[in-house]
Amino acid sequence: MTQSVVIQVGQCGNQIGCCFWDLALREHAAVNQKGIYDEALSSFFRNVDARVVGDGGSISKGKISSLKARAVLIDMEEGVVNEILQGPLRDVFDSKQLITNVSGSGNNWAVGHKVFGSAYQEQILEKLRKSAEHCDCLQCFFIIHSMGGGTGSGLGTFLLKVLEDEFPEVYRFVTSVYPSSEDDVITSPYNSILAMKELSEHADCVLPIDNQSLFDIISKIDLMVNSGKLGAAVKPRSLVTASAEALRKRHKKPFDAMNNIVANVLLSLTSSARFEGSLNMDLNEISMNLVPFPQLHYLVSSLTPLYTLADVNIPPRRLDQMFSDAFSKDHQLIRANPRHSLYLACALMVRGDVQISDLRRNIERLKPSLQFVSWNQEGWKTSLCSVPPVGHSHSLLALANNTCVKPTFLELRERFTRLYKKKAHLHHYLQVDGMEEGCFTEAVSSLSALIEEYDRLDATKGMPVQNLPRLSIAV
Amino acid sequence: MSIVTVQLGQCGNQIGFEVFDALFSDSHCSQGFCSKKENEAYQASCKERFFSEEENGVPIARAVLVDMEPKVINQTLSKAAQSGRWKYGQHSCFCQKQGSGNNWAYGYSVHGPRHQESIMNLIQKEVEKCDSLSGFFIIMSMAGGTGSGLGAFITQNLQDEFSNSLRMNQIIWPYGTGEVIVQNYNSILTLSHLYRSSDALLVHENDAVHKICAKLMNIKQISFSDINQVLAHQLGSVFQPTYSAEGSSHYRRNPLGDLMENLVPHPEFKMLGIRNIPQMPENSLAYSAFTWAGLLKHLRQMLISNAKMEEGINWQVRPPLSGLPPLGRASVGAEPHFNTSIANLVILRGKEAHSADLEGFKEPALYTSWLKPVDAFSVWRTQRAFRRYEKSAALVSNSQFLVKPLDTIVGRAWNMFASKAYIHQYTKFGVEEEDFLDSFTLLEQIVASYCNL
Repeated sequence: MTQSVVIQVGQCGNQIGCCFWDLALREHAAVNQKGIYDEALSSFFRNVDARVVGDGGSISKGKISSLKARAVLIDMEEGVVNEILQGPLRDVFDSKQLITNVSGSGNNWAVGHKVFGSAYQEQILEKLRKSAEHCDCLQCFFIIHSMGGGTGSGLGTFLLKVLEDEFPEVYRFVTSVYPSSEDDVITSPYNSILAMKELSEHADCVLPIDNQSLFDIISKIDLMVNSGKLGAAVKPRSLVTASAEALRKRHKKPFDAMNNIVANVLLSLTSSARFEGSLNMDLNEISMNLVPFPQLHYLVSSLTPLYTLADVNIPPRRLDQMFSDAFSKDHQLIRANPRHSLYLACALMVRGDVQISDLRRNIERLKPSLQFVSWNQEGWKTSLCSVPPVGHSHSLLALANNTCVKPTFLELRERFTRLYKKKAHLHHYLQVDGMEEGCFTEAVSSLSALIEEYDRLDATKGMPVQNLPRLSIAV
Repeated sequence: MSIVTVQLGQCGNQIGFEVFDALFSDSHCSQGFCSKKENEAYQASCKERFFSEEENGVPIARAVLVDMEPKVINQTLSKAAQSGRWKYGQHSCFCQKQGSGNNWAYGYSVHGPRHQESIMNLIQKEVEKCDSLSGFFIIMSMAGGTGSGLGAFITQNLQDEFSNSLRMNQIIWPYGTGEVIVQNYNSILTLSHLYRSSDALLVHENDAVHKICAKLMNIKQISFSDINQVLAHQLGSVFQPTYSAEGSSHYRRNPLGDLMENLVPHPEFKMLGIRNIPQMPENSLAYSAFTWAGLLKHLRQMLISNAKMEEGINWQVRPPLSGLPPLGRASVGAEPHFNTSIANLVILRGKEAHSADLEGFKEPALYTSWLKPVDAFSVWRTQRAFRRYEKSAALVSNSQFLVKPLDTIVGRAWNMFASKAYIHQYTKFGVEEEDFLDSFTLLEQIVASYCNL
């Protein structure tokens, strides 16, 4: 069994990370009835004897003593991390695994990447090496950050290069929150484009997420709950928010619920690696199956049924509906319509009481309405994990390598161009040591090259599949 | 003589468990429809082949379990131990922490050499427990990374280190509509390598077994457990003891050798398939009665029309009139196509097996022109019933039945290869484009050879 380390960078990264750890603990608490530190737990948690000072406290087997998250928390401001350390999860984090500063990155990628990058490189390396040492078999780094700000975007992507050099065999999975069009950070297009170049070059897999889509999903869940038609009621210890009061506040502060969705994606992604099932899927299989060419590693995700994200008591609808929903544009975590675009590959990770025949039946049913690239007409990767999410009977995570990411990139590029043409705010970046206009032009041409790849694939859409002439053998 | 089973990867281990379970429960079945003496001889023979001496009374499967990550092996070991009736050897497993990531190249080039010594040591230990070794039965899937890549590597090693023993590989053909996206690459690499190092490839297609579960076994929500149990039933019907010659009362001693001798007359043609009749849910057994004539008529037509089960058989397909070449020198697409055989083996188990008439299987028209039926066809008959089926027949055949599926996989892999998709994942671990081309060449040859029967 392998271990993964979560690196949460910046405000967004840490807030999502916090939700993730909360959910992970609950999930394992529900599954792990005997309180034994097992291999599933060890994938994300260390078992530590809290009385031992210093490093020697690790316990590899037996009863759970004190669980510590395999996490590194990085932020150039203290506010968010401090809040976490004073909150209910404070004992889960190892105080030695934090890197903080006070001044923040001022929503400036260059400050996050170049200034803090070089200032904290040694410290970062040290913390990473420490977490790696605590792992028996480290398989994956999960990096959580946002693209639009300064720390998550700049320092978060600086990290990628460090990880690639220091741990070349360990997968780098990045969950990136892309700025919506109504984003209030003016320089977010600069930050995002500069970060994109790093993602394209140094990440193994990227899961792009956008806030608007998350918000729409939350609204939909609200509708389901409030419509009262289905006799829905929010479960008392809802996974969406910590209290009923917060539930009421949801419309004003929806981030908790939104972060929870992302946390759920990460949990589902790793469920088949942690728990048993009749068709397992490990993390290294994700990259193997879903990344046909090194640069095209952006995966659109959708998690169904929606109500599993809200822990509401809606009677389960037909199983097949869960599969259909996974392909609808309303359920994707970025603004995208995979049905109208071209699939390069698709993974279906099912949890719970679902068998292979259910899976096959639904693939057969949905296939005709989806367009797959000519050389991957049967491009499905499937997995079955027996353990469902807490309190539910089944769920499905769909990961698609689909050209429907292109519009997001196009929009980003356009917003960038509008700013860059006027050289607006550029001086904030150029005054940082090591930054020059070349960085911007390189970043944008890297993105353009990526968009071109998607264009080329899109051009093949709808063309009849030609069977290429095979090797002819003399008999 | 004994068979050492090597279970590789998730698929191999899950199936392996069901196979041993089926073999064990059949050999201890109370309704053998034969004399007590015969039953005891059957049990003893089965034990010699598949289980080793018990310590404290529990037979131990002659098996080595290999997987690159621990979850499945742990599950398999505990399921066997829980049954209380038989178990796996405590030290017969080899496990690592991180799987092969569905990457044939990783299984073959990284895990293979790295763990070669440990795995071969385990196999050696298992071999030493056998008084005499018939050969190896290697269970693996083609679509994943460990079963396929490491399986190919281990089979090659077995060829080098145990050159006098036979190797039969049980291969699982993945569902046509994808289980793993790179399954076609993994499949062609596996098949081309195994063709050089294995003595026979016994192929089971997930799609076919799935249909059996749906149509014949009436299972509504089919799980992999169900599929594996049908598979285990088919394998059991072939590997359980049979009499060595017409009318004799000793069981065959060399199961693998006998199978190879009858079914693989030429190294170019190694692919075997199994068909069983009848197949039905256990609780229907009591209500069914069959005649050998009826069963064999269906079985013969299943062979000729390339049907995988006894429902939906195409009765229009007929053998070509003698003297004339088979209808349409096989182009792969032509339907209905008559399934020409190289060799067939029918195994009859149960009441009055000695009286069943098999003339229908001896017609020259069923076989390729370069083999006479007397060489191409054999029958093994045993009084002792299999798994409470009063009469049951298994057909192991070396015929054109896999041409279409093989051609499909090669075609899809070729299309993907032309676009170079995913190739970087393989070259990263030392499998180059040339290796792919070699595999394609070999497989096209095999398809062509089978087509031209």
